[in-house]
Amino acid sequence: MSNNENMPAQQPRPAGDNIVEIHDVHYSVGGRAIFSGLSLSIPRGRITAIMGPSGTGKTTLMRLITGQIKPDQGRVVFDGLDVPNLKRRELYAARRRMGMLFQNGALLTDMDVFENVAFPLREHTRLPEALIRNIVLTKLQAVGLRGAARLMPAELSGGMARRVALARAMATDPEVLIYDEPFTGLDPISMGMIVRLVRQMNYALGITSIVVSHDVEELAILADTSYIISGGKVVAAGSFLELKDHDSEIVNQFINGLADGPVPFHYPAGDYYEQLLAGTV
Amino acid sequence: MSLVGELTDGLRGFVTAVGSVTVFLGRILGQTPRAFARPGLIIDQIYNAGALSLIIIMICGLFVGLVLALQSYQLLERFGSEDALGTGAALALLKELGPVVTALLFAGRAGTALASEIGLMRATDQLTAMEMMAVDPIRRVVTPRFIGGVVAMPLLAMIFIAIGIFGAAFEGVQLLSVDSASFWSQMRSAVDVKDVMEGLIKGCVFGAACSLIAVYEGFNAIPTAEGVGRATTRTVVISAVLTLILDYMLTAVMLATRS
Repeated sequence: MSNNENMPAQQPRPAGDNIVEIHDVHYSVGGRAIFSGLSLSIPRGRITAIMGPSGTGKTTLMRLITGQIKPDQGRVVFDGLDVPNLKRRELYAARRRMGMLFQNGALLTDMDVFENVAFPLREHTRLPEALIRNIVLTKLQAVGLRGAARLMPAELSGGMARRVALARAMATDPEVLIYDEPFTGLDPISMGMIVRLVRQMNYALGITSIVVSHDVEELAILADTSYIISGGKVVAAGSFLELKDHDSEIVNQFINGLADGPVPFHYPAGDYYEQLLAGTV
Repeated sequence: MSLVGELTDGLRGFVTAVGSVTVFLGRILGQTPRAFARPGLIIDQIYNAGALSLIIIMICGLFVGLVLALQSYQLLERFGSEDALGTGAALALLKELGPVVTALLFAGRAGTALASEIGLMRATDQLTAMEMMAVDPIRRVVTPRFIGGVVAMPLLAMIFIAIGIFGAAFEGVQLLSVDSASFWSQMRSAVDVKDVMEGLIKGCVFGAACSLIAVYEGFNAIPTAEGVGRATTRTVVISAVLTLILDYMLTAVMLATRS
């Protein structure tokens, strides 16, 4: 990756305890099972990738970790806290230790870039205005958008909006940063910038990063540990090299981007010719 | 499905919706003291709901006053009571037309703006982002808008009434040659503080109802373009119907307590 030349070479980091643990989680929506016995652990201070084909519940998993939804069964633990059973005040206290980067940035559209980044500081602290200004400019400098401080969200490109959202997520110095599909719809330059920023956050600040994505190439560079989810369970876990040599058909299909395999090209349907002859849909 | 089954389902849905709105109102009221700690947010919303609705309220108030005087004059002239035009116009505007028409206009202008704004915030994950930043959107987004509507609506109703009376005076005195002294003196002798209070109370109640419906529909909008559109439409329809139902109930109570 050409834009990573300033980054230190990826070094093995000491194994720590797990900041997130998910045990035997079952979750269904409208009778359709999303997870059926999902278990995984997110190590502290590492970059962990959650991968899987579209519709396997990657974003749902993030919503479970952040307490936006509750599992039907099983445990979701964030740094020793049983997330589904937290009261609102406790949940908000836990969320102040997390930052989340949404796929679309989710910037507040009635505020400019500066105010968006300042938002969590103004809501949660009584810092003097001069200090808030300095923190915001520092965060914007880190994502390369200090010069865009007075632009409105509508004036930003998709990549810029995500970088601003990242600056906002970093504003309160969280312990965990969750990235929901951070690379989707970005041009290669913007994608390279986001990859570089994720690594910087992890290396420089020791932040635990959870990256939900299906962009295999980017995650191969980034992630220390990867999980592949399919059929409501973890089907493979390990480093990218381990996943590449995995003997599972679905892992092979996903990692190599094969159009057909255990995840079929065709959505389940009746007989093609019979349907054509019947003249109905 | 049988008619009984449909009615039962409809009734169950209605009770569920009323319960849901009541819980939502409880959450808003629970956050109200904290919302007052940041008056800037509330003032912004009073400006959005009130000041930005001012032009439409003034124009409509003027024309309602003009039409009211025109129609009333035709009726009063038959009985030789043209001098009572001012009293009739003032009482009609204070007790009914002012609060009700303002509420309908408020639902159409400010209510739809509130519902679509909050609905779009839902659809674009802005509310979820706030939740993730440990900021309660009920406190930060919904409550200031609700309070802004509750404060702005009675003020708008009073402005509507004042402009309406001015319109009725212009029509009656300037165009229909009703005696100016009779117009104003009869109005002053027949209208008392209780009549003004009735208009003010109705304005407050309608303001609370329309604002609540708007923020509820926006907050619970399905996060799609169609969902936000539907929430906006529902805001206008429910607010209009609720305003008329509440108007009847309030009028009945006020008349009973007066007599």
